Amino acid sequence: MNVLLASLPFYPFVSFLLLIFFGKRLSWRLAATISVSSMAISALVSAILLFELSVTKNQVMTANLWHWFELSYAMGSSDVNVRFYLDGLSAVMISVVTGVGFLIHLFAAIYMKSDVNFSRFMAYMNLFIVAMLILVLADNLVLLYLGWEGVGLCSFLLIGFWYQEQSNVLAARKAFIVTRIGDTSMAIGLLLLFNSFGQLNIEAVTLLAEQANSLSAGTNAESADNIYWIALLLLGGAVGKSAQLPLQTWLPDAMAGPTPVSALIHAATMVTAGVYLIARMHGIFLLAPEVMNYVAWLGALTLLLAGIAALAQTDIKRVLAYSTMSQIGYMMLALGAGAWTAGVFHLMTHAFFKALLFLTAGAVIYALHHQQNLFKMGGLLKKLPFESSLFIIGLICLMALPGTSGFFSKEAIIAQLWSSDTAGPMLWWCAILGALLTSIYSCRLFFLGFLGKARFNENVQLKKSSLLRTSLIILALLSLFGGLIPLDLTLVFSSVMNLPLAQLTEPTWLHTVAIITPFIGMVFSWFYFKSYRISHLAGKEHILQPNNGRFVVFCRQGLGFDGLYKKLFIMPYQWLAQINKNDIFDQIIMLNAWYVGLWHDALVLVQNGSLRWYLAAFGLAIMLLLGVSLL
Amino acid sequence: MTLTCIMLALLFAGGSAWRAENHWQGSAKWLALIALALLATVFAVFVMSASNDFAQLQVLSRVSWIESFNIEYSIALDQLSIVLITLTWLLAIICVLVSWYEIQSNVGFYYFNLLLTIAGIIGVFVAVDMFLFFFFWEVMLLPMTAIIAIWGHENRQFAALKFFIFTQVSSLLMLVAIIGTGYFHLMQTGQLSFYYPDWLLLDIPLSISQYLMFGFFIAFAVKLPSVPVHSWLPDAHTQAPTAGSVLLAGVLLKTGAYGLIRFVIFLFPQASLQFAPIAATLAVVSIVYGAKMAFAQQDFKRLVAYSSISHMGFVMLALFAFNSTAYQGAIVTLVAHGLSSAALFSLAGMIYQRIHSRNLTDMGGFWQSAPRMGGFALAFAGAAFGLPGLANFIGEFFSLVGAFQVMPAFTIIAALGLIGSAIYGMVLFQTSFQGAAKQDIIDLQLRELLICGSLLLMLLAIGLYPTLLLKFSFGV
Repeated sequence: MNVLLASLPFYPFVSFLLLIFFGKRLSWRLAATISVSSMAISALVSAILLFELSVTKNQVMTANLWHWFELSYAMGSSDVNVRFYLDGLSAVMISVVTGVGFLIHLFAAIYMKSDVNFSRFMAYMNLFIVAMLILVLADNLVLLYLGWEGVGLCSFLLIGFWYQEQSNVLAARKAFIVTRIGDTSMAIGLLLLFNSFGQLNIEAVTLLAEQANSLSAGTNAESADNIYWIALLLLGGAVGKSAQLPLQTWLPDAMAGPTPVSALIHAATMVTAGVYLIARMHGIFLLAPEVMNYVAWLGALTLLLAGIAALAQTDIKRVLAYSTMSQIGYMMLALGAGAWTAGVFHLMTHAFFKALLFLTAGAVIYALHHQQNLFKMGGLLKKLPFESSLFIIGLICLMALPGTSGFFSKEAIIAQLWSSDTAGPMLWWCAILGALLTSIYSCRLFFLGFLGKARFNENVQLKKSSLLRTSLIILALLSLFGGLIPLDLTLVFSSVMNLPLAQLTEPTWLHTVAIITPFIGMVFSWFYFKSYRISHLAGKEHILQPNNGRFVVFCRQGLGFDGLYKKLFIMPYQWLAQINKNDIFDQIIMLNAWYVGLWHDALVLVQNGSLRWYLAAFGLAIMLLLGVSLL
Repeated sequence: MTLTCIMLALLFAGGSAWRAENHWQGSAKWLALIALALLATVFAVFVMSASNDFAQLQVLSRVSWIESFNIEYSIALDQLSIVLITLTWLLAIICVLVSWYEIQSNVGFYYFNLLLTIAGIIGVFVAVDMFLFFFFWEVMLLPMTAIIAIWGHENRQFAALKFFIFTQVSSLLMLVAIIGTGYFHLMQTGQLSFYYPDWLLLDIPLSISQYLMFGFFIAFAVKLPSVPVHSWLPDAHTQAPTAGSVLLAGVLLKTGAYGLIRFVIFLFPQASLQFAPIAATLAVVSIVYGAKMAFAQQDFKRLVAYSSISHMGFVMLALFAFNSTAYQGAIVTLVAHGLSSAALFSLAGMIYQRIHSRNLTDMGGFWQSAPRMGGFALAFAGAAFGLPGLANFIGEFFSLVGAFQVMPAFTIIAALGLIGSAIYGMVLFQTSFQGAAKQDIIDLQLRELLICGSLLLMLLAIGLYPTLLLKFSFGV
C-alpha cells in the first residue's frame, strides 16, 4: 500500500470540491491558486512516484483503496477493487497527465481569467484530471471504465462550457454520444472478457492471456474466437475515445470548447486513452493477430484521412484537431504493428508538442480577438514573434524534423512497420504518405497564418504574463528535447518478446526515405502554396480566399462521414421517434377504450326513452325470434 | 407485532393529519413528516435489534382471519423486503418534502391518502398470506388513484382512470391465480391454504404451474411495467403531482419487481425457467423501446417516465437470468432507480413550480440562473444513463454481467440501451439547462437542496461502496 500513489487523484479532487462549493465566492486569485497548486502537487507527487518506481523491484507499485464489489460467475468469484496499479506504462501516463496537465492549468488560469465562470471552468479541468488519473491507474477494467466515462463526462462539460451557444451544445452532445457508442462496445467487451476469463483485473487477465499464449497449441477454437471478439470490442471503445475511424467525427466539432480544453483533453490526454487501453490490454491483443492487423489498418486509414482533411481546413483549431487525429493514427498503427513502446513514446511526445501547438494557437487566437480563420490571419511572424517561434517549434516536432522529439518517436514507429507481422510494407508506405501529408498541411498552416501580409485590421492584443510564457517555454523545451527521455517499457511488454520475428528483409533505403519525406513535403509546399506565403500574389492585394471547390469542401467536412452517419443513423432514429410519438402499443390498447365507447354510444342511442321505439323494437325482436324458431 | 402497529400508526397518523388540517392550517405536513420519521426510526430499531439477520423469510405474526377459507393475517420479513421497505421510508419522507408547498387544496385529505398508500405498500412487502397480499395490493392502489385524480395536472381524470383500469384488470388475473393455487393446495394436501410458506412446499406439475405463473406474471409485468402493457405509466407519471410521480416510480413499480421475485420466480421456478426466453424478450424490447420513446418526448416528466420503462427492463432481464450476480444487479437497480427517478421527478416538480410548464420547449439555459439545480440535474441524468460511480451503474453492470452468462445475445441488445439512455439523458439535460437562457429561475432553496443532496449522496454511496447493499444475500 503506497499512500502517495493512493492520494494522487485526491489533490485535484479536493480542488474540484472547493471550487464547486465555493466557486462564486472565490476571487480569481484564490480559485486559480487552488486549482493550479493542486495540479502542481500532483505533478510533484508523480515525480516522486516515478523515482520510487524506478528503485522498486519488478517496477510495480500498488495501492488498494477499498473493496468495490465482488462478481461471481459459474466457477467462483473475483474481487473488483478500487485499487491503483503503477507500472512503467501507467507511469508514463501519469507523468503526461499531471505534468502537461499542470502546464495547461497554469496557462488556462491566465487565459480564462476574464470568463465569468472561471472557477467552474477550473473545477471541470480538475475533475477531468481526477478521472484521467483513475483511468490510467486502474488495476481492473471496471475502474478503468469509471475513469473512461468520467473523462467523457468532463469532455462533454468542457466542450459545452459556453453552453449558451447552441452549436457548442450540439458539439458536446455529439462528442458524448459518439464516444458512448464506443464505450458500449467496450462494455460488451468487458462482459465477454469476464465470461471467458472470470477476471476483470488487468494484471490477472494479462497473465492468463500469456499462459494461454504459451500453450497456444492447446487453446480450443471457441476461446480463440472469444479472444478475437474481446479484442475487437475493446478496439471499439478505443476508436471511440481516440477519434479513429469509424467514430472519428466528434473530434473536429469538439474544438468548440475553450482552447486549453482542446490542448488538455482533445490533444494531450483523453484522446490518447484508446491508445493506452490497447497498450494496457496488449496481452489480449497479442492473442488476436487479426485484430492487431485491423488496429494497424484503422490507424493508417485515419492517419491518411485526417491528413487530407487537415489540408482543406480554414480554422486553425480544426487543422490541429485533424492533425491530432492523424497522429493518434500513428500510435494506433504502432500498436497494431506490435511496436508497443514506440506507440507509447509517440503518445508522450505528441502530448508535448500538440499541447504546445494548441496553447500557442490559443494565444494567437486571443491576440486576434477570437479570430480562428486562417484566411484572416497572415503576417503573424512579425507581429507576434514570441508566439510564432514557439509555434514553429511545435510544427517542426509535428513534422518530425531530425533532432526533435517527434522525430525520435515517429521514426521509432516507422522503423518497425516494414518487418512487422501484423503490419508490413503497405502500411509502411501509408505511414510515409502520412508523414508527407503532415509536413504539407503544417507548412500550409504556417504560411497562411504567419507569413505574408496581415489580413486583419485590428491591433493585436497581448497577455503579457510571465507565468503564461513560462508554461509555453517549458512545453517548447519538452517538445524539442522530450525525445531524449529514455523510455524503458520492456518489463511491461515483456510478452512481446515471444513474438516470432518476420522473415522479411528490410531494404536499406527505408530510413533515408523516412527521414527525407518531411523535407520533400516542405519543398513541395514552398512552391505549391506560394500565394499563401506572399499575399500579394493572390490577385487582389490582401484578399485571400479559400478554395471552395466541391472536393475541397468535401474534404473540409471530414470526407463526408458526418453526412453519411446522419443519413444512416440519426435520421432514421429521429424518424422512428417521430412516427411513433404516440406509442403504438398505447394506441392498440386504447382501441379497447374506443370499442367500449362505441358500444356506449350505440346503447345510448337505443335508450332514448321513447315508448314507440321500445314497442317497435320489442315487436321486431319477437318476430325475429319466431321466424328463427319456425325455420 | 411491531410491523402491524407501524401500519396502523400510519393509518392513524393519516387520519389525524386530515382532521388536524381542518383546525390548524399547515399542520398536516408537519404531522405526516414527524410520523414518517418516527415510524421509520421505529422500523429501523426493530430490524437492527432483531436477533436474526433475516437471511430467510422470518414470519413475525400469524393470526387467523377468515377461518372458513383458512385465510390468515400473516406477515413476514426478509432482507429483500427490508431493503424495499427502507427505500419506501426514504422516498415517503422525500414525498412529504416535495409536496410541502405544491399541494394547496384539500391538504389534509392529501396527506391521509399519501400515508395510506405508504401503509399499503409496506403491507404488500410484508404480507405472506396471499389473500392479505391481494388486500394490500388494493389498499395501495385506491389512495394512489385518488392522489392522481384529485391533485394531478390538467389531464388527471383520464390518467387516474387508465392507471386504475390497468391495475385492476391485471390484478384480477392475479386473484384468479391466487385462488387457483390455493385450490391446488386443497387438492394436494386436503386443506385450503393461502399461506406463502405452505405454497413453497407445493409440488405443482408444470402443466398447471405455467398457467398459475402466467397469472401472477401479468399482474406484476403491468406494475413493473413491461412493454406492451406499459402505457398506463407515462400518463400516470406525467399527470400525477410530484409526490405521486416519486411514489409511483420510486416504490410502486418496485412492488411489481418484488412480486416477480417472490411470487413468480421463487414460487414457480420451473415454469419461470421455461418462460424465461419470453420474459427476456419482453425485457430487451422494454429497454430499447423505452429508451427510444423517451427520446421522442417533449414533456420532462413523460421522458423520465419512459426512461423508467427502459430501466425496469434491466430488472426483468436480470431476474430471468437465474443467477446470483444478475439477481443482485436487479435489486441494486431497483434501489438505484427508485432514488434516481425520484430525484428526476422531484426536479421536474421544482421546475414546474417555477415556470408552470413541463414542456422541454419552454425550458433552456437554466444553468445560468440556477447552477446548483443544473449540477444536480446533470448528476441525476448521469445516474439515469448509468454513469459509473453512481448506484445505477452497479445495478446495470451486475445485471448485464449476470445475464450475459446465460443469454449473451439478449444481453448485447440490452447493452445497446446504454447508447439510448445517453441520448435521452443528454437531450433532457441539455434542452433544459443548456442553450440560450429562455428565462431566469430561482435556484434551489434549502428544502430542495436537502431533497436533491440526500438523494445524490445515497446514489453516490451505493455507487462507490455497493457493499452496503450487496452484503445481503436476499434469500439466494
